[in-house]
Amino acid sequence: MKMTFKEFLVKFRPLLGLLLLAVIVSLISPRFLSVGNIMNVLRQTSINAVIAAGMTFVILTGGIDLSVGSILALCGAISAYMIAEDMGVALTLFTTLSLGTLLGIFAGIAITKGKVQPFIATLVSMTLLRGVTLVFTDGKPISTGYDAAADIYSWFGTGYVLGVPVPVLLMIIVFVLSWYVLKHTRFGRYVYAIGGNEEASRLSGVRVSRIKIAVYAISGLTAAIAGITLTARLSSAQPTAGAGYELDAIAAVVLGGTSLAGGIGTVFGTFIGALIIGILNNALNLMNVSSYYQMIAKGAVILIAVLMDRKK
Amino acid sequence: MSDMPLLEMKNINKAFPGVKALDNVSLSITAGEVLALLGENGAGKSTLMKILSGVYTKDSGEILYNGKPFVVKDPKDAQKKGIAIIHQELNLIPELTVGENIFLGREPVNFYKKIKFSEMNAEAEKYLTRLGMDIKPSVKVGSLSVGQAQMVEIAKALSMNARIIIMDEPTDALTDVETENLYSVIRELKAEGRAIVYISHKLSEVFDICDRAAVLRDGTFVTSRAVSDLTEESIIQLMVGRPIHDRYPASGAPGTDVVFEARGLTNHRVKDVSFIVKRGEILGVAGLMGSGRSEVAKSIFGAMPLYSGQIILDGRPLKINHPSSAIDNGISYVSEDRKQLGLILGMSVKENITLPALKKFQNMFRHVSTEKEIQVSEEYINKMSIKTTGPSQKVLNLSGGNQQKVAIGKGLVTAPKVLILDEPTRGVDVGAKKEIYELINDLKKNGIAIILISSEMPEVMGMSDRILVMSGGSVAGELMKEDATQEKIMKLAIENLSRNAG
Repeated sequence: MKMTFKEFLVKFRPLLGLLLLAVIVSLISPRFLSVGNIMNVLRQTSINAVIAAGMTFVILTGGIDLSVGSILALCGAISAYMIAEDMGVALTLFTTLSLGTLLGIFAGIAITKGKVQPFIATLVSMTLLRGVTLVFTDGKPISTGYDAAADIYSWFGTGYVLGVPVPVLLMIIVFVLSWYVLKHTRFGRYVYAIGGNEEASRLSGVRVSRIKIAVYAISGLTAAIAGITLTARLSSAQPTAGAGYELDAIAAVVLGGTSLAGGIGTVFGTFIGALIIGILNNALNLMNVSSYYQMIAKGAVILIAVLMDRKK
Repeated sequence: MSDMPLLEMKNINKAFPGVKALDNVSLSITAGEVLALLGENGAGKSTLMKILSGVYTKDSGEILYNGKPFVVKDPKDAQKKGIAIIHQELNLIPELTVGENIFLGREPVNFYKKIKFSEMNAEAEKYLTRLGMDIKPSVKVGSLSVGQAQMVEIAKALSMNARIIIMDEPTDALTDVETENLYSVIRELKAEGRAIVYISHKLSEVFDICDRAAVLRDGTFVTSRAVSDLTEESIIQLMVGRPIHDRYPASGAPGTDVVFEARGLTNHRVKDVSFIVKRGEILGVAGLMGSGRSEVAKSIFGAMPLYSGQIILDGRPLKINHPSSAIDNGISYVSEDRKQLGLILGMSVKENITLPALKKFQNMFRHVSTEKEIQVSEEYINKMSIKTTGPSQKVLNLSGGNQQKVAIGKGLVTAPKVLILDEPTRGVDVGAKKEIYELINDLKKNGIAIILISSEMPEVMGMSDRILVMSGGSVAGELMKEDATQEKIMKLAIENLSRNAG
């Protein structure tokens, strides 16, 4: 299909923004383009990116999930506890991932069957689960310990496969799967359809409630994956881990061109959005800018991106 | 009626990306006249009126008001200068009351900027009474029927005290009684020397109420003549540029075996509704707005809960609790409101058509085949002559008639045995209407049992083999095609109501 230059610009704006940012950063700080630093950026981005991939499903249906940071913390704490108590890596992973998914399902049921607004429902679980985590950990970090299981477990945060950090690899898998599901499956099409027009979707035979519950389950699952990689990397779980991560994830989704109203957007865009945030943080670190200023810069970039988006 | 035009639009041009919407169009309106503005969808009627009411700016051309150059900056400015428009799509806010909607942006306030509600509502009531509306200004618009909301929209235009009132398909959602009320108000407005531009696809209305008709075709001005010099046939010919014969094409006799049966359907909106539809039969469903026609359809389709009653297909009772089970069982429903309920406007033609039948497009790995989707949607595009740049064009960018065809295509892609069409030609132009009728007849020939809900009497009578008349949520009577007259249908539609009221 032929595309005008303007259409091209609109379609690839997030990508062009990312390239522009990369060029500017590499000019300011030559260290940016080293393989080591790029791997570093990718690894730092991976946590937010994985959460944002799940968030993309939710936002595409026109919803929002504020509970991801709390789910990350609780899943991280549970997994650290299980590893420390020597319950085995396989059982730990299975339990943690199931828990994240289940917590998403609960939110989804509250939203669909209980007719609670997504913002409120996930605000509730964000608060509630943070509380549960603090109670469970007694407000203290849980170390995974030093035995063999802990070593295996830490591989998910610190290991490498063919020179690629495991969290980066997981991120790539999550994104490829998400892309495939959204682009090439019935479920994916329904996600877009619901975001486009929920009632018309229902009258087209789409089981709207089931699909919505599923997207919150996916969001919970990706938050749990992020919780595992973060805990594995640090070999301990912080009770306050993931606080504010929901906003970074939402920012990545929006920067990637997904409409908060639902129906429009891609998970590839979200990946770009997460990278933009990651590179920005990295560049400011390389330039020794204090983390206080980093927040201002991040806010400014998101504002500019959203303003540009409105001018379509 | 003075000869000096109240308003003249001269050589108006307007282009949108890729289309020339208006090409040197001129139009004049005289005080005390009702001017019918006619043309197929996409002929440029709405664009011309949106320029007049300040929604769009013209590329070139001139507008004279009382002989003086006239500039409108935006809709608010047009309102101030005496031009009111009643939009085809309702622009009311459901959460606000009738009175608040009528005076939105023009609320009477006291010194402390507090809205003077009693004054506002009293004023609103005046206009509602004038339109013969029995609704309180304090009720929320969201609780009104579409027809009532349309009347509120008209009341709003009246309240602006405009010299020129543009009515874009004002009767689309109105009952016959409401339409009569509107006509008498239009006659009063005429007598007061106001000018009315009347856009409608219902040609009978042109003869009922309009003095002169101006015809547009493909963005150009065709002609303007006194209505008394025109006939329905000649108007259609002017609009499409060729004569159209047989507005309701003939179809064969229906089959004899019963495909579908509804038995005692009852819920909060419908009462004990029973009927049958045979193979290859078109069952027309007539009735006033709010008589429960759409509700019966939605109840059958699983979009509305049933308290009791049975749905029987091919002799087998069905359990339907969601539209998806209706679709799986071979029942399709094409909604009356294609924009809100029928289509996903931001999605492509292809994605819309295949949505209800996506299961059929996936392989064992749950991969939805785009090639197959394109192939099937192209079939529908050809079969239904949908005017589109291709399967991946967004439905948003299609004209109303073509959107409607996509909506019907969605109903067909699941290969239904029973097809429920709810107002399938609402807001669709003459040419597309004929095509939709022919398509319905094709489906009938293929043995599909069709339930055709329509507010247009000629359509119900022209297309149906049998007509079910509904009133107050229940079946008021049934007429065979040969016996049906407008009077008989109306009598049944109203009779039951007065009985209920009494």
